[in-house]
Amino acid sequence: MNSKNPAVRTLTLIVFWLVVLIVLFYVLFPFYWALKTSFTGPAQLSAEALQWFPSNPTWQNFRDVFAGQPFGRNLLNSVVVATGTVLLSLLLSALAAYALGKFRFQGKSVLMYIILAVSVFPQIAVLSGLYTMIKTFSLYNTWGGLILSYMIFTLPFTVWTLTAFVREIPTELEEAAYVDGASPLQTLFQVLLPVMTPALVTTGLLAFINAWNEYLFALTFTSDNTAKTVPVAIGNFSGATIYENPFGQIMAASVIVTIPLIVLVLVFQRNIVSGLTAGAVKG
Amino acid sequence: MTTTPTSTRPAVRRTRGLHASRTRVALLLLVPMLLVLAAVAGYPLLRTIYLSFTDYNILQDPAPKWIGLGNYWFTTPEGVGLGVLQTPEWWQSVWNTVKFTVGSVILETVLGLAFALIINSKIKGRGFLRTAILVPWAIPTVVSAQMWNWMYNDSFGVISQWGQKLGFLHTGESFLSNPDTALAALVAVDVWKTTPFMALLLLAGLQTIPSDMYEAADVDGASPWTQFWRLTLPLLTPALLVALIFRTLDALRVFDMPYIVKGNAPETITMSIYARQQLILNSQFGFGSAISVMIFLIIMVFTAIYVTSLRVKFD
Repeated sequence: MNSKNPAVRTLTLIVFWLVVLIVLFYVLFPFYWALKTSFTGPAQLSAEALQWFPSNPTWQNFRDVFAGQPFGRNLLNSVVVATGTVLLSLLLSALAAYALGKFRFQGKSVLMYIILAVSVFPQIAVLSGLYTMIKTFSLYNTWGGLILSYMIFTLPFTVWTLTAFVREIPTELEEAAYVDGASPLQTLFQVLLPVMTPALVTTGLLAFINAWNEYLFALTFTSDNTAKTVPVAIGNFSGATIYENPFGQIMAASVIVTIPLIVLVLVFQRNIVSGLTAGAVKG
Repeated sequence: MTTTPTSTRPAVRRTRGLHASRTRVALLLLVPMLLVLAAVAGYPLLRTIYLSFTDYNILQDPAPKWIGLGNYWFTTPEGVGLGVLQTPEWWQSVWNTVKFTVGSVILETVLGLAFALIINSKIKGRGFLRTAILVPWAIPTVVSAQMWNWMYNDSFGVISQWGQKLGFLHTGESFLSNPDTALAALVAVDVWKTTPFMALLLLAGLQTIPSDMYEAADVDGASPWTQFWRLTLPLLTPALLVALIFRTLDALRVFDMPYIVKGNAPETITMSIYARQQLILNSQFGFGSAISVMIFLIIMVFTAIYVTSLRVKFD
């Protein structure tokens, strides 16, 4: 873009912005289309499926999702399971990250390798083992069963990321606490955790998104709406008749679960980018 | 500190005692995490491996019965191969997964690099662009699968409509219903969903390249094209490799998106979908576990190559 010729420069700029517009369209169009469909009532759906704007925008689909489906219960399940998963992972991994980030002991690198190995475990590889275990402990179709099974992907991630953050906390801080006679747990909870708050928020948020989106375990370890989470519900949404897929309602449900995530992502944009890259590049 | 310095060399004793007690504390801090990991990863994995050597049907059998390698390789006296490795469905799912992985990872890398270069250039509104790019990433996989399901719908799908208008499709046909294009249609969904993630990883790599290197290149009169090939790409290689391998591993174990869009359809069934079909839908815990073990081995081989080739190190 440093050409001296103004015509060439203008042309390059136009091409560049054209590319940017194409990228934007590509990225945002499916979401716009879902949003548009969610405001198209069931009666107009077949007639207006291909129009760019709904001619009679309506909240009908959003009302139907809650009235005709147990979607409220699914939302509650998802909130409880994802929140429980995040809190438990953060607690366990804060303890572990302190040990891995600030202590020297034998076998630490072996341990890091094991945690890395678990983080690439294909979920399917433990499915049959976990299934029999969950049945044995009567955790089938419960919140607890899902929270426990989600640890397999959240825990390695939170341990890994928090360890990277703990390592960067100046050692003087810990030494000062030690000199003052603080126990290791006091040091962790009263000295290190306050410093780690941004890291905890970032890591927790990413773990939350992963737990919120999980499908395979939720599909396999639940049988009815007692514990069925939102992705499972959206995955096999059924209409009043078997002949039609209620796409208006599916899109409404999709928009409902996506909007909070998009808001979270926009608010914590910078943290997310740094969290993703810290976890990934260090890996 | 448990030891009191009574020896003639108190300083040494003290640090040794300090070290021992620090190790104890570290272990105590690690125990809860390790217990949970053992419960959700270690034990179930071992149990899956054990079940893969048994003839266990969870609905019919009271207890697993040991049959050795029969789930992997077993030929009946009539010459019928029953083991996983002799099953055409398994090899179909492997082949589908490989095609899906190669296609989506290549496209995601090229597009992700393009996105990253655009966001990294000094243009107005790049903050907005970066935010927009995060949208597909933040949308749950299940949701994006349903969104595309709708756009691919044969009668009311907007993409089918475009395909029919442009002459790629017959009336009432969709890219998904045609077995020849179904897998490519799934790759398109994955590319849309994951390219942003790729772009973010590469953007992070781009931002570590010091800008004065580009200034020096400008002074030397290097064209943007030369700068990209001689400067950007070599310096970006480590970030690119990491991103590539992460995406490859994810694609190899893909389950949710293809399952929601196409279910157990043979033309798009992936390894994970095939394993779940045998395990849960057919209740064949022995046979299904053998498939799971095969998938696990494939993933672990990739991971081992990754760790050794990149020389990942921890202190």
